[in-house]
Amino acid sequence: MTGNTVISVRNLVKKFGNFVANDNLNFNVFEGEIFGFLGANGAGKTTTIRILSGLSKPTSGTVMVAGFDAKKQAEEIKKNIGYMCQRFSLYDDLTVKENIMLYGGIYGMKKKTIQDRTTALLEQLNFGQYSDSMISSLPLGLKQKLAFSVAILHEPRIVFLDEPTGGVDPVTRRQFWEMIYEATARGITVFVTTHYMDEAEYCDRVSIMSEGRIVALDTPEELRKQYNAGSIEEVFIKIARPSRNVEGGLE
Amino acid sequence: MRTILYLIRKEFLQIFRDKFIGKAIFAVPLVQMVLLVPAVTFEIKNINLGIIDRDMSPVSRNLISRLEGSGFFKITCFTHSEEEANNMLHRNRCDMILHIPEGLDKETTSGRVCPVMVSVNAINATTAQLSWAYLNGVLQDYNIDIIRQNAAVTTLSAMPQIKVTNRYWYNELLNYKYYMLPGILAILVTAIGFLLAGLNLVKEKETGTIEQINVTPIKKYQFITAKMVPFMIIGLVDLALGLILGKILFDIPFRGSIGLMFLCSAIFLAGVLGLALLISTFSSTQQQYMFIAFFFMIIFILMSGIFTPMDSMPLWARKFDIINPMAYLMKIYRMIMLKGSAFSDIARDFYSLLILAAVFMSLAVRKYRKTA
Repeated sequence: MTGNTVISVRNLVKKFGNFVANDNLNFNVFEGEIFGFLGANGAGKTTTIRILSGLSKPTSGTVMVAGFDAKKQAEEIKKNIGYMCQRFSLYDDLTVKENIMLYGGIYGMKKKTIQDRTTALLEQLNFGQYSDSMISSLPLGLKQKLAFSVAILHEPRIVFLDEPTGGVDPVTRRQFWEMIYEATARGITVFVTTHYMDEAEYCDRVSIMSEGRIVALDTPEELRKQYNAGSIEEVFIKIARPSRNVEGGLE
Repeated sequence: MRTILYLIRKEFLQIFRDKFIGKAIFAVPLVQMVLLVPAVTFEIKNINLGIIDRDMSPVSRNLISRLEGSGFFKITCFTHSEEEANNMLHRNRCDMILHIPEGLDKETTSGRVCPVMVSVNAINATTAQLSWAYLNGVLQDYNIDIIRQNAAVTTLSAMPQIKVTNRYWYNELLNYKYYMLPGILAILVTAIGFLLAGLNLVKEKETGTIEQINVTPIKKYQFITAKMVPFMIIGLVDLALGLILGKILFDIPFRGSIGLMFLCSAIFLAGVLGLALLISTFSSTQQQYMFIAFFFMIIFILMSGIFTPMDSMPLWARKFDIINPMAYLMKIYRMIMLKGSAFSDIARDFYSLLILAAVFMSLAVRKYRKTA
């Protein structure tokens, strides 16, 4: 962590009609940190992550990502970020190699660079035998690891991960987090949402959202102390119990 | 540019990897040419004719054998009873009934006029009119012969009359296949552009891959170009396939410039693809897209003049056809293929098509949003 701010959010409000999904959010994310973004279903996490990654425009407030304004410079932001969402998003009917090639090409990487990175990546993931397999034939854990690798293929400054480990077994989750650490070691800032509270403990700082607001933001250690809890899970249960939207179907 | 190539490559990989679509692309033109071209015809043969002969004379028998010999009619009912004949008409056993009254022989041979009556099943107005026209033709010929025979007795000079010789230009044998084939080709090209391309984009929405594309710095024009180019190529390849099949199977004449035909098709496809992408930006499921696209296709096809001549459409329909790209394409194809029209002959339609394509495309680019 260098202390430079890469994401700064001031008075962010996002409304869908009368519904306020993000109600006056304020926070900073620093370069190189792992920023955990927690909240119950329907708390507004995905809305925020979509605004930060330039997919959705804020209703009001100032959002700066990698030095660009999310209101006016969404396309500039997109050059500097990677994004992996809960809905698995590599092309099912393309092979592992073809997917890597495609995204490398989209980000304007040189052919030689793409090839070198592909080889390195397949080796690192131990993916050699899958390089010509269709994505649809891979187990979920491998798909998620690959999706993450593709999301950071172009060495973005920030990567947004929206529930990247949903439905994945504990061993693969552990490996996935090792990959996240490796990415931060290379200087990539990680912005991650999760429902697994053990994963929250791995983050440098954690924010907890409830009903469209950020109700807590600190290091996991500080949060435990502050709420007099043994784990982030306890903290979460204490403060993030959703009252507005118990069914939580909004995300 | 390189980005576009990467994307186009991806589209082709996906299209040909789809077991069904990959094959259908080649099967559709084959089936359309082999089945539709001979099937869609206005030529009427084997008209089922019922005859009520109350005269039973040499004249009536002569008339009946002429009708049989014309090749258009099949006599399926021969009776003296009006009721029975009407019954046959009602049960679809015959399409028309010829009533020959008693005294036909006597009246005509004594130089008087004798009326006969024809009833036609007019559920299908076109068939009814054509059947009537054929029957009338045979009757007229016979009439002239009767007059001649009678006239020969009284005067030796030939009957004065105007004789018409006609020639059908551009399709001398009135071969309906020549008329329909360019139209079927136009439908083929439309179906490829409209259905495949639109569904492709909506599918990306359904699976969520479009999100991943939208979060990259890819430019809108790059994405849309990459979505269109593969289907434009497939559309043109299918057109070529259709033309080759038309030549082999039906010996279709091709009098104009092939290059001009493909140029017009490419512009047409750009327009239709633009419209397809425009509709797909409004639809969130493939079902929605299919429903809307089908609606447009039916309107475009039926109002394009493929079956019914555009000149006989009401004014409002002809006004609508200003924005119907298929109407232009239909005209252009027929003119180039059958008439050998050059660019100057189709310039008006060409430019109209160009304007339409530009409008649909720019609307598609404007409506497609990477950031909601």
